[in-house]
Amino acid sequence: MADIVIDRVVKEFGPFRALQEISLTVNDGEFVALLGPSGCGKTTLLRIIAGLETQTSGRIVIGGQDVSNLAPRKRGLAMVFQNYAIFPHMSVFENVAFGLRMQKAAQAEVKRKVERAAALLHIEGYLDRYPAKLSGGQRQRVAVARALAVEPAVLLMDEPLSNLDALLRLEMRTELKAVLRQAGTTTIYVTHDQTEAMGLADRIAVMYGGKIDQIGSPLEIYATPATRFVGGFIGAPPMNFIKVRCHGGTARIGDATLPCPSTVTDLELGLRGEDASLSANGSGIPFDVRVVEPMGSHLLLTGSIDGQLARIVAPPVAKVNPGVRVGLNVDPARVTWIDSATGRAVARA
Amino acid sequence: MPARTSWIPYALIAPSVIFLGALFLVPLVQTIWLSFSVGDGFSMENYQRMAGDLNFSLAVRNTFLLTLVVVPLQVVLALAMATMVTKLDKGRDLVLWVLTIPLGISDLAAGLAWLALLQNTGYLNSALYALGLIQGPMGWLSQETPWALFFAIVLAELWRATAIVLVILIAGLQLIPKEFSEAAEIFGAKPWTRFTKITLPLLKPSLQSALILRTVLAFEVFAVVYALGGRNFPVLAGEAYVWQNDNQNYGAAAAYAVLIMAISLAATAVYLRILRTRPEQLP
Amino acid sequence: MTAQAAEIPQTRHRSMSLPSARRLLLWTGLAVLLAWVLVPIYLVALGAFGGRLGVFRWPKSIWPTDLSLAAMTQFLAIEGVFNALVNSLIAAGLTVVFSILLGAPAGYALARYDFRGQNAFRLLVLLTRAFPLAILALPLTVSFIRLGLYDTPFGVSLIHTVLALPFAALVTQSLFMGIPREYEEAAWVFGCTRFQAFIRVVLPLALPGLAATAIFAFVISWNEVFAASILTVRERTLTAYLLRILAESPLHYRFAGGFILIIPSVLFIFAVRRYLFAVWGIASK
Repeated sequence: MADIVIDRVVKEFGPFRALQEISLTVNDGEFVALLGPSGCGKTTLLRIIAGLETQTSGRIVIGGQDVSNLAPRKRGLAMVFQNYAIFPHMSVFENVAFGLRMQKAAQAEVKRKVERAAALLHIEGYLDRYPAKLSGGQRQRVAVARALAVEPAVLLMDEPLSNLDALLRLEMRTELKAVLRQAGTTTIYVTHDQTEAMGLADRIAVMYGGKIDQIGSPLEIYATPATRFVGGFIGAPPMNFIKVRCHGGTARIGDATLPCPSTVTDLELGLRGEDASLSANGSGIPFDVRVVEPMGSHLLLTGSIDGQLARIVAPPVAKVNPGVRVGLNVDPARVTWIDSATGRAVARA
Repeated sequence: MPARTSWIPYALIAPSVIFLGALFLVPLVQTIWLSFSVGDGFSMENYQRMAGDLNFSLAVRNTFLLTLVVVPLQVVLALAMATMVTKLDKGRDLVLWVLTIPLGISDLAAGLAWLALLQNTGYLNSALYALGLIQGPMGWLSQETPWALFFAIVLAELWRATAIVLVILIAGLQLIPKEFSEAAEIFGAKPWTRFTKITLPLLKPSLQSALILRTVLAFEVFAVVYALGGRNFPVLAGEAYVWQNDNQNYGAAAAYAVLIMAISLAATAVYLRILRTRPEQLP
Repeated sequence: MTAQAAEIPQTRHRSMSLPSARRLLLWTGLAVLLAWVLVPIYLVALGAFGGRLGVFRWPKSIWPTDLSLAAMTQFLAIEGVFNALVNSLIAAGLTVVFSILLGAPAGYALARYDFRGQNAFRLLVLLTRAFPLAILALPLTVSFIRLGLYDTPFGVSLIHTVLALPFAALVTQSLFMGIPREYEEAAWVFGCTRFQAFIRVVLPLALPGLAATAIFAFVISWNEVFAASILTVRERTLTAYLLRILAESPLHYRFAGGFILIIPSVLFIFAVRRYLFAVWGIASK
C-alpha cells in the first residue's frame, strides 16, 4: 500500500501543453477518479504515473519514493487497460500469473495467488481457456485479476468499463467496488463517465483543458462545483447557468429576487434542475416551459428563465403543459454563484 | 458481406481463374509431365540425367547451404532493423524508405552492385590495399575461392532481400496493439522479455509468411549468383536455365524445376506446421 | 481524452525519453544500416559513370573522380540495349494492365461477396506462393512457340502477370474491404447501378491503392530475370539482355546496366512508400 504524490507535473507535446502543472495527492488506500471529457489530459496523467510516458517537468512520488525517472516495472504498480491488453497467446492462468512470473515467484506461490485473484473475480472456471474464447465481461475480469494478483501498492485503471455494454457495465461497477474495497489498494481510475466516478470513487478530480478544476468527494463536486465547467459536466441534466446582475446583494429575475454575493456584479446563477420546485401559485422565478419529457421517475422540463435556456426536474405527476409560464421556488442555500468573467464559483455571501 | 449469392462474383473471378488455370496450373502439370517423359513414354531418364550431371550434387548442396544461411540471417537482421525503426520518431519515414529500396531492386542488379564492390580491382580490394592487408588486386569470385564467393553471394542476398522481410515484419508489428507491450512493461517485463514473450509470439503469423516467401525465393536464387560468379557457383535454378537454354534439353530442365518445386512445397509445409498459430490463440 | 488521441504523440515522446547513450547506439546502428543499403548503389553508380578507365583504376577512390556520361551513352548506344529497354517497358506495362484488370475484379468479389467456391479460389491464389513461379516458364516455351508468343514482350508479360496477379487480387481485396459498403449502398439508393456506383464512388477512393498495386506489378516485371531469359531470344527484356551479355561484356557496361535497372526501383519505392506496409501486411496473410 502506498500514497501517491503528483507534484507540479507538466506535459507538453511539441507546442501543445497537455498538462499544466498538475498537483494531486492520493492517500494510502484511497480510490480517486480522474474525470473529464475527451482530450482533458486524464489518460496522459495516468500514463505518466504509470511511467508509460515521461513528464516534461514535475515529480511523481509513490510511497515516499520519487519514481519520476523509473521504468514502469520498477514503480510497484499494476494497471488495467481500456482494451484490457490480455495477451492472446497465453491462457487465462498465464495472463493472471504474468506479473508473478516476472517477479520470479515460486510455482506454488504463483498458483496460490492466481487462484485467489481468480476466485475474487469469479473466473476460476476459465483458467485454462484462451482470451479469444472469452466474452468482453470475462476479459475485463481477467484484466482486473491480473492486476490484483501481484498485490500492487497502486492500481491504475484506464476507462476499464468503457468497452462493456450498459448492463454489464453497471454489474461490473458494483463488483469492482466490492473487490477493490476488500483489496484496499490505492487506486487511480480514469473515466469520462460521471456515474462511474460518482459510484466508485472516494474523491473525484475533475479535469478540463489539462488542469484539475476541482477535487473533492462526489457529493462536494455535485453540490458545490468550483467552476462553471464542473457544474455543467456533472449531473444530468447539467446545472443551469442564468446570467444575472447583482446589486446590493440582491439579484432580480423577473419579479423574484435572490440574495447574491455583492463582491461581483456580473454573475451567473448556477441552479440544479432538481433544486427548483414548482410554486403552487405561479410566484417565484418565472420559467417558460417549451418541451415536457416524462422520464418515468421524473418530468424533465426544458424552457427558459429570463430568455436563457434552462432544464428543470419536476415530480412525475406534476401537471405542466408546453407553452405555459410557471413559477419556481429556489432555496438560496443550494444555488451556486459563478463569476461571469472568470467562470469560477464565488464564495457565498 | 451480403448473404445474397449471384452470378456477379463468379463473373468477377472468372478471368483470373481462367488465366491462372492456363498459365499456372497447366504449366505446372506440363512441367511434371515433361520431367517424367522421354519421347512419348514414362521415363526416369531426365532425373537420371539430372542426378548424373557433375554439377548436380554441387547445385543441391550450394542451394541448401545458401538458403540455410541466408534466410535465418535475414530474419534476424530484419527483426533488428524493425526494432530500431519502431524506436524512431524523427526521420522514421526517410529511414524506412532507404531500408526498403532493395525491395525494388532486381536480383541481377543487386549482383552487379556487389560486383562493383568485390571484383578484382573493386572497392573492397582497394580498401584492403589501403589498409595494407593485401599487396594488389585479388580475385574473390573465382572457382579457387569458393568460400569467398559463397560469402559474397550471401552478402548480396542479404542486401537485396532483407527488405521484404522487414516490410512484412513491420506490417505485422503495426497490427500488434502497443498495449500488450505496455501491459508487460507495467507487470515487470524487461525489454528482452517483452520481445521474446510478447512481441515474437504475436508476430508469428508474419514470421511465417516472411519465411515461406523468402525460402521459396531462395530456392529459386539465380541471377545474383550468376552476376557475381557466373557458373562458378552452381545452383538449382541456374542449372535449369543452362539445361534449357544452352543444352536445349527441356526434359532435364523440367526435372530441375520439379525438384525445386518439391523442395519449396516441403519447406512451406514445414513452416505451416512449426509456426502454426492455434486458432484460440489468435488475437 | 480518447485512447486514439493519446496514442499518436505517445510513441514519439517515449522515444525522446530514451537515455542519450542508448539513442547514440540506436543512431549508430541505423547509420550502419543506411550505409549498408546505400553504399553498393553509390558504388555501382560510380562504376557506371566512371568509364572504362575508372573501372580498372587501382587502387580505387571512393570519391567521384573524372565522372563522365561516356560509358552510359556508349552502353545505351550498343545495339540491342535500347530495344531491350523498350521491351522491358512494354512487358512491365502490359503486366500492370493485366494484373489490375484481372486481379481487381477478383479482389472486389472477395471483398464484397460471399459465394461458394470462395475458399477454393483463395486457395488457388495462395497456392501460387508456395511455387517458384518463374520456373513455370520452362514448359511454356514449347506452347509459346506454337502460339507465336515466344520471343515477344507480350508473352513475357503473361508469365509476369502470373507473378503479379495473386498479389494484386489480395491487395485489392483489402483495399475494397477498407471502403465501407455503405458508400456503395448509398449510391444505389440514390439511383446508381452497381457499375455506376463502383465507378463513381468506390474507384475514386481505391485509386491511390490501385496505383500502388500497379507500381508493384511494374517492379515485379521490370526485375524478373529467369522467365524473361527463358522466353526470349532476340526480343530480350533488359534483365534478360544483361544476363545474356554478362559474361562477355566489359565491367563498366555491366555497371551501367545495373545502374539503369536500379534507378526506377529507387523512385518507385519512394512513390509507394506510404502503401508499402499496408500492402504487404495484407498480402502476406
